[in-house]
Amino acid sequence: MADFLYSVFVGPFADMIALPDFLMQVLWEGFVAGVLYALIALGFVLIFKASGVFNFAQGIMVVFSGLTLVGLYELGVPAILALIITLGVMYMLAFSVERFVLRKLVNQPDIILFMATIGLTNILIGLGQWIFGGETKTMITEQLWLPTGSSVWEPGGGLVIFQHIDIAATVIAVLMIVGLGFFFSYTKVGRALRAVADDHQASLSVGISLNQIWVIVWFAAGIVALVTGIMWGARSDVSFSLQIIALKALPVLVLGGFTSIPGAIVGGLIIGIGEKIFEIYWGPLFGSGVEGWFAYVIALIFLLFRPQGLFGDKIIERV
Amino acid sequence: MFYREAGQYNTTYEQDLQAFPIKQDKIGIAIWLVLAYLFVPFFGIPGLEYGFAMNAIMIPVLIFTITTIGLNILVGFTGQISLGTGAFMGVGAYACYKLTSYFPDVNIIIIIFASGFVSAIVGALFGLPSLRIKGFYLVVATLAAQFFLEWCFIRVGWLYNYNPSGAIEVPQREVFGWIVTGASAEPVTRYLVVLSILVFLTIIAGNLVRGRIGRSWMMIRDMDIAAELIGVRPLTAKLSAFAVSSYFIGVSGALMVFLWLGAAEVESFDVNHSFLYLFMVILGGLGSLTGSFMGAAFIWTFPIVLKELGKSWFGINATVMENVSLVAIGVMIVVILIAEPHGMARLWQIVKQKLRIWPFPH
Repeated sequence: MADFLYSVFVGPFADMIALPDFLMQVLWEGFVAGVLYALIALGFVLIFKASGVFNFAQGIMVVFSGLTLVGLYELGVPAILALIITLGVMYMLAFSVERFVLRKLVNQPDIILFMATIGLTNILIGLGQWIFGGETKTMITEQLWLPTGSSVWEPGGGLVIFQHIDIAATVIAVLMIVGLGFFFSYTKVGRALRAVADDHQASLSVGISLNQIWVIVWFAAGIVALVTGIMWGARSDVSFSLQIIALKALPVLVLGGFTSIPGAIVGGLIIGIGEKIFEIYWGPLFGSGVEGWFAYVIALIFLLFRPQGLFGDKIIERV
Repeated sequence: MFYREAGQYNTTYEQDLQAFPIKQDKIGIAIWLVLAYLFVPFFGIPGLEYGFAMNAIMIPVLIFTITTIGLNILVGFTGQISLGTGAFMGVGAYACYKLTSYFPDVNIIIIIFASGFVSAIVGALFGLPSLRIKGFYLVVATLAAQFFLEWCFIRVGWLYNYNPSGAIEVPQREVFGWIVTGASAEPVTRYLVVLSILVFLTIIAGNLVRGRIGRSWMMIRDMDIAAELIGVRPLTAKLSAFAVSSYFIGVSGALMVFLWLGAAEVESFDVNHSFLYLFMVILGGLGSLTGSFMGAAFIWTFPIVLKELGKSWFGINATVMENVSLVAIGVMIVVILIAEPHGMARLWQIVKQKLRIWPFPH
């Protein structure tokens, strides 16, 4: 029993202090994973805020956009053109989702819309495998001018390795979040988006076209998905298993609140770093592989105490 | 002309409370039962090879119907959405496996029914958060169940008796001299066992749903605060829904491994299967037992039919057709949700309504 308590409460911390460089490596890995979770969660939040739709298809949108990009490149399209075409495809997707799904399901209960996005997930999986094949693809990192190598940092005799792609991913994510922040705060469309997020009917009454806003917001989520797809694809591979990993955005959202962009980021980082640390230091206690469920269980515990999340709006129910 | 209740009077309360008050419905059910019990065991499905019809279509469809009924109790009748179905089936299957290895002499049917209770307890446990949260938040809670249980199936060696392959393999068991499980069990015996369990569980589900418990579930679904105000306890209603639903799902999981697959690894219980069962519920009809039959049969047979048609008519290879059927099912989900949110069960009701007034619709 004493051994067990030691290995839970003392051992991991002793390990952390003994090898600080390793701890920093773990923290960095967790941080980068967290950034990517945060990006997926960001796509969810954008759509949820503007249309109240819980977009289950965000994960597959990440895969689908990455696949389209790589697939086009493999067909001989130059990288930059492939990127533009992929953006076009994401716009078409946003447009058709709005035109053929959302518009027909206005005023339906949330749960129906949610299930419709599960149907959409199925469509995208099928289409993706049909057109580009089900096998794993390698992201065209160099062709998109993304760095590949790695740097080594040696703090006091230790060794911490930074993959350049991870640094690039962080920088691009930060840029995109800042860009989105500016877009929301200082442009006309951005203000319209926030108005729709606040109140559908009021924004309709001041002349904002809901349909247009939905297309824009789904397109924005599509762009976020594309960026996530590129980054994630560059770190590992572009494959359909990513879709399951993308489900981890759900606990991130629970932690951060469904309607808060800062929440998505902080939640993503907490989950990313938390699960890496837990896996490395406490994982052996459970027989490793705990990364698969740690995020969900944290979210579950969190839900019991603070259902609205760290930054979410308080949930008020009226009869 | 043939389907109408004119002239059929109920003179007692008992008659009023029947499951099938209309005579034509009774005849219809009788025909279905005769078909299922007498026709299919002897002839299979006409036009298909017997073993294929049994192993690839009839047995899985019946098993998934039990799953769908179970999930429908939770999603359709109580309004609590769950993505943990696959894992709860796994709980049933692993529980059944452990019970058979501890009690090798007990009748396998009893063990299958008993393993449902293990799944019910686990289901109720993971249903606890539903008392505080709902909707999408509950999805996260059920996903937690899904991934945590999946991990347990891999990591906890005790569950699969430390079998080096990590799979559970079904031992041979007999019931009244008939081999029911194991490699040498005849398809027809397995079919009849599954069918009987399905019929039994359907009767139970039908009566639960139209009784007091079922009504309290539906009240919770329609408006939980109002239900609470008129005296439905959310605690008992929600947890009983989780328990009953997981019981059905657990039994179907045990049946899936023991009477259909013969051996199973964790892939048979992954989250993609959970989606599949949710599709069966949505397409069949939320809150309808008839719909559960239709949804399970449709979602399971559709890709098979499409694959065969693609191969024999157009010469398209199987993987392409698989993807086509994925797309088609996705499109159908969206279309059904737009056109008829109550699914195929509602379409069937419309047909019945049309029949009732045919041939004079005005």
